[in-house]
Order: sequence, then structure tokens, then C-alpha cells
Amino acid sequence: MTTSRAAWLFITPALIVLGLFFLLPVVAALVLSVTDYDLYALADIRNLRFVALQNYWALLQRPLFWSALGHTLYFVVVGVPLSLMASLGAAMLLNSPLARFKPFFRTALFAPVVTTVVAVAVIWRYLFNTKYGLVNYVFDSVGIPTVDWLGDPHWAMPTIILFAIWKNFGYNMIIFMAGLQAIPGDLYEAARIDGASAMAQFRHITLPMLKPTMVMVSILTVSGYFQLFAEPYVMTEGGPLQSTTSVLYLMYEEGFKWWNLGSASAVAFILFVIMFVVTAAMLRLSKRGEPA
Amino acid sequence: MVKRFARTLRVGLVLALAGAGVAGCAKHDEGSRTLQLWTIGREGEAVAKLLPEFEREHPGLHVEVQQLPLTAAHQKLLTAYAGDSTPDITQLGNTWVPEMVALDALELLDARVAGSKVVDPADYFPAIWSTNVIDGKLYGVPWYVDTRLLFYRKDLLAKIGYDHPPRDWAEWRDMMAKLSTPPGKTYGVLLPTNEFEQLLALALQQDDPLLRDDGRYGNFRSPGFKKALAYYVSLFKDQQAPMMTNVGIGNPWAAFGQGFFAFYLSGPWNIGEFRKRLPPEQQGDWATTPLPGPDGPGASNAGGSSLVIFRRSKHKDDAWALIEFLSRPAIQERFYQILGDMPPRRSSWDVPALKNDDKAAAFRDQLERVKPTPPVAEWERIVTEMQLVAAQAAHGDLTIDQAADEIDRRANRLLEKRRWMLDHGHKASP
Repeated sequence: MTTSRAAWLFITPALIVLGLFFLLPVVAALVLSVTDYDLYALADIRNLRFVALQNYWALLQRPLFWSALGHTLYFVVVGVPLSLMASLGAAMLLNSPLARFKPFFRTALFAPVVTTVVAVAVIWRYLFNTKYGLVNYVFDSVGIPTVDWLGDPHWAMPTIILFAIWKNFGYNMIIFMAGLQAIPGDLYEAARIDGASAMAQFRHITLPMLKPTMVMVSILTVSGYFQLFAEPYVMTEGGPLQSTTSVLYLMYEEGFKWWNLGSASAVAFILFVIMFVVTAAMLRLSKRGEPA
Repeated sequence: MVKRFARTLRVGLVLALAGAGVAGCAKHDEGSRTLQLWTIGREGEAVAKLLPEFEREHPGLHVEVQQLPLTAAHQKLLTAYAGDSTPDITQLGNTWVPEMVALDALELLDARVAGSKVVDPADYFPAIWSTNVIDGKLYGVPWYVDTRLLFYRKDLLAKIGYDHPPRDWAEWRDMMAKLSTPPGKTYGVLLPTNEFEQLLALALQQDDPLLRDDGRYGNFRSPGFKKALAYYVSLFKDQQAPMMTNVGIGNPWAAFGQGFFAFYLSGPWNIGEFRKRLPPEQQGDWATTPLPGPDGPGASNAGGSSLVIFRRSKHKDDAWALIEFLSRPAIQERFYQILGDMPPRRSSWDVPALKNDDKAAAFRDQLERVKPTPPVAEWERIVTEMQLVAAQAAHGDLTIDQAADEIDRRANRLLEKRRWMLDHGHKASP
């Protein structure tokens, strides 16, 4: 009895903090999402209307919402595998016994993660500038036709994906390195004695042993990439022709540019449901095939 | 994003604290007061050069200028209102006035103008003045004007046999058709597809209003709007205007100098840019001219910025003194010389700097023929949606009728709340 009371006493501060700063805002946002809170309601609360699920319904009918969802899925489906490949590749290179100057490369590859998005976006915008950019300069001198990277609706998203991968792969790389170091060396030794090639070692030892790390990293990356916002915000402002408007960017515009907080909250909850379903499905998939 | 919001909130808090501190000081020392002035974009630097004179005239009064970047200004103003930390006085784009009025954030200025020796409504361009009047009440005083008209290359027009700028749409069209050779390499006109001002100017030239029933519904299915939209879209279809955003074009001034396009539908700040960026031997080749209309000289948009006082300000008299100071013709002349921002009063245009400027003369002419946009809080969103759909039509994804229907549908959806407010006796504007 007293132990349980003591336990409650100990977790009360944490519960209060969680309730106040997590649960309460979420509930408030849920309430907001069934109202039409907007500029007029901000002026006078009597202009607030309860609209039930109309915000959600209206969103599902808006072409922009679907195209934003499409852009976000594009970003996730293309960006996540590429990002994981880059992270794993870099981690394996750094983990190789042949690698020199490991601490230097580890720091250098991790550096983009700790830089400010806004600051590096300025540099990337120069790199990908149509007329003065280094990328087009190289393309031009090799004889490949140049591309309007951030101005062409078809190329803006790939450019954003490239930027996001470059910015984020270092973080997963560190986690992969820890995972790689945890694989016992005698497994590889035994495989080599059996005459397994490097490719076979990777497929049959590295990948299976990395699976738990891989599951965690991919779930974190997917949920992170679904929340695409900063990159288009600083690089393209959602354009050109709204081709880089993500779901979160749409929410930001609804909420903070136009002050339709009701509709913005509805966007947030729809995105939450989508992310919840996707990550839950990933978790289930990863558990399949495991010995029960 | 949350971080961003928190920052804005924090900035707001700091400002509120600063305001409270100032108010606290004022009790101790009646003579020393601080006015908070927010400016948007480049105006902040220019006004900072004018303020020492104002502070000399008003001992004990200090003006603190805060410059907001244009891209963040709108949300910053709304957040400041929500966070109860508005400044005393701010520059406000005149299309944003209805929104701030809907929030009941602005001080009424009718009485102050009536008692003023400096601000004389009759001296202002009527359409510019009217953008500050909502339901018959005055909420702002125009600070500078901004309308769109044509910059053009005289030498290129002479080459195809014209010694005068276009007078109406048909003549303008003929010129652009002749100028757009070889097709795809040279164009008649630059209309950046991400800017709504160009189509808006063409639409304002029509007799049909853009909204109907007291701003309850969009009026984009009207024959007038469709005519403007069809003209706009056909320029892209016939390769007389490049399908480019202003990001894509990069340096429009150099492109204009190279003859990539001969007409540029743009605003007054570009007079200074072209003078600075084009080589001296080309300075005689370009000119400005009022926007041609469907039949003869046409209207354009009554843009610009106003100065407004917030209702929550504790220094309204001082704020009004600053507005009067900035409205003096002599000060407006200096403002023009520093920045190139054009004054909203006719008497300010009588100064030599403006009167003898051949490039500015077209603006003086155009300003007598500008039209305000509908005074509803939702206008900014409506016109943004209008341009998004129009760009799709220019791209060839929608026909004129489809695009007009779609714009109307989006406008009606955005105006739903306004209709409800008006129909249920809630005041859409106080």
C-alpha cells in the first residue's frame, strides 16, 4: 500500500508535466479541429462555430491536400530508402578496418546534422541556382543539359530530397556504426573460412544482425520524413506550382499564414493517423518471420 | 514549426515587457516616451534617416523602428495581435487593412484627420485613399503608393515600326506578336507566373467587380474576368510571355537589357533598379507607360502601404504626430529620393524630383486611374488562389471556363464564414 503510494508520489511530477505540456495541448488541438477557429474568432470568440467533422471533410475534398499528401509520400518513399542506403554505406565504409582518419570522417559526415537548416539552405540554393550554380556549371562543362533545379516543378522535389538526405544521413550513420560494431567478429571469420564472398557476408551476416537496428532506424526516419517542413520552407516556400508543398507545410500555411487554426489542427490529426498506421504496419511487418 | 511559433511568442513577450517597462518609465518621467514603429521590407532603413528630424521636433519622444521582412510580416502582425503585443504604429500593406479591421485592431482616424492641418484627404489619390476606408470609416493614412504598369524598350518598338507605347489591348497584342520572334527565344512581355498582380491589374480594368453581393461571393465567372483571364492565358499559349516564375528568370533587369522581353509589367521600385543595373548607353532605350486597357488607357491596382495606429497603443497622440510628420510633402519628397517609394498625395508630386522625372510621369498618370481591390479580409487568400489556378490555365491544364469556375468555387469557399457573419448579424468589420 505504502509502496504504491510512494510510487505514485514519485511519478506525479512527471505526470503533471506530461499532462500539462503534452496531453492538454493535444486535447486542445482536437477540440480546435472540430471548430472553425479563424481570424474572426480571434477577434471575437462569439464568431466561433462548432463544425463537427467539416474541417476533415473539407480537407479530404481539397485537391491541394491530396497533392500535399502525394508530395509527402513521394518524399518518404524515395527519400527514406536512399537515406538509409547512404547512412549504411557511410557506416560500413567508416567501420572498415581499412579506413584511415576515422574520427575526422566521422565528424565530417556528422557535421550536416548539427548545422542549421537555414544556413546550409542558403549554400544549397546557390549550388542549385539555374544560372550561377556550381551543379549546372559542372553539367554544362560535361555537356549535360542544365536543369532549373528549384524552379522546375519536376525537379524541385528531387532537389529537396537530395538536400534532406545530405542533411540527415549522418545521424543514422552513427546508429548503424554502433550496430555494426556490435556484430561479433568471429561470425565474419567463420564465413571467410567457409569461403563466403564480401557480398555474401553482407547479405547473410551484416543485414540479419543489423535487423533490430534497421527496424528502429527506418521507423524513426519514416516518421521524421513524414514531417517534412523546414526544407521546402527555406528552399522553395512550397513552390514552384506548389510542387514541394508537404502536409506539414500546408498545415503551417493554414495555421500561421492564414490563421485557420481549426483546419490546421485537422491537418495535424490526419497526418498523425497516417503516420500511426504506417509505422504500426512497419512494426508488424518487421515482427513477421521472427520466431515467435 | 512549433519552435518558430515559440520564438514569435517569445519576441512578442519581450516586446510586451519592453512596452511595460517603457510605460513604467513614463510614470517617472513624463518627458521621455518611446514609440514602437514597425516597418515592412526596405522602408525601415529609409524611415530611420527621417526620424532624427522628427525626434528633434518632439523632444523626449523616441521612435524605435523594427523592420519586418516582407515574407514574415503578415503572420508577425497577426501573432502580435493574438499575443497582445502590437506596436503603436505600423506600416501596413493596404490590402491587409480589411483583415486588421476585421480583428478590430486599428484605431479610427476620422476625427484626427478632420482636425489635421497636414493630412488633407482631397490631396490624396482617391482610389488609394479609399483602400483605407472600410464601411465608411477611416483606419489608415496612405504612406506610399504602388501600382503596376508597363516598362518597355523604346528601341525594340521602333524596330518593328512603332513610335509610341501601346494604347489598348489590341495594339499591345500586335506589338507583342511582332516582338516574339524567334518564338521561344524572345518574348513580348514578362509576367512572372507566381505573381498575382499582373492578372489582377488586367481584371481590375473590367467593369465587372471581382466580388459580388457585398463581398459574399466571388464574381470570377463574369464575362469581364473571363476576358482578362483569356487575354492573360493567351499570352503564354502564343509564346508571347515566357512560362517563368520570378525565381526562374533570376535577373529580369539583365534579361530586359538583352531584349529577352520588351515589356515588363511591374512596379515603381524598378525605376531605380533599371537606372542602376542597365549600362549608361541603354538608359535612353527604356521608358514607362500607363497600362493599356481593353479600349484605351486602362486601370491598374491601387497598391501601396498605409500607416495605421493600433487600438492598444498607449501613445496614440504621439503616433498621430508621427503620421502627420511622414505625410508632409517635403518629407515624402525625401522619402522618394532615398528609396524611390512614390508619394500618395498630389502636392508631393509637384516637387522637382518627381515632376521632372520622365520615368515617374507614367505613374503619376496611372495613379489617377487605379482601382482598389475588394475590402474583405479574405482577399489575400482569394487572389493567391486566383493566381494558382491561372498559372495552371496558362500551363494548359485548364480551359478558361474551367479556370474561372474553379477560382469562383475557391473564392466562395473562402468567403463562407464572411457570408455567415453577415447573414447572422455578426459584424465582419467592426
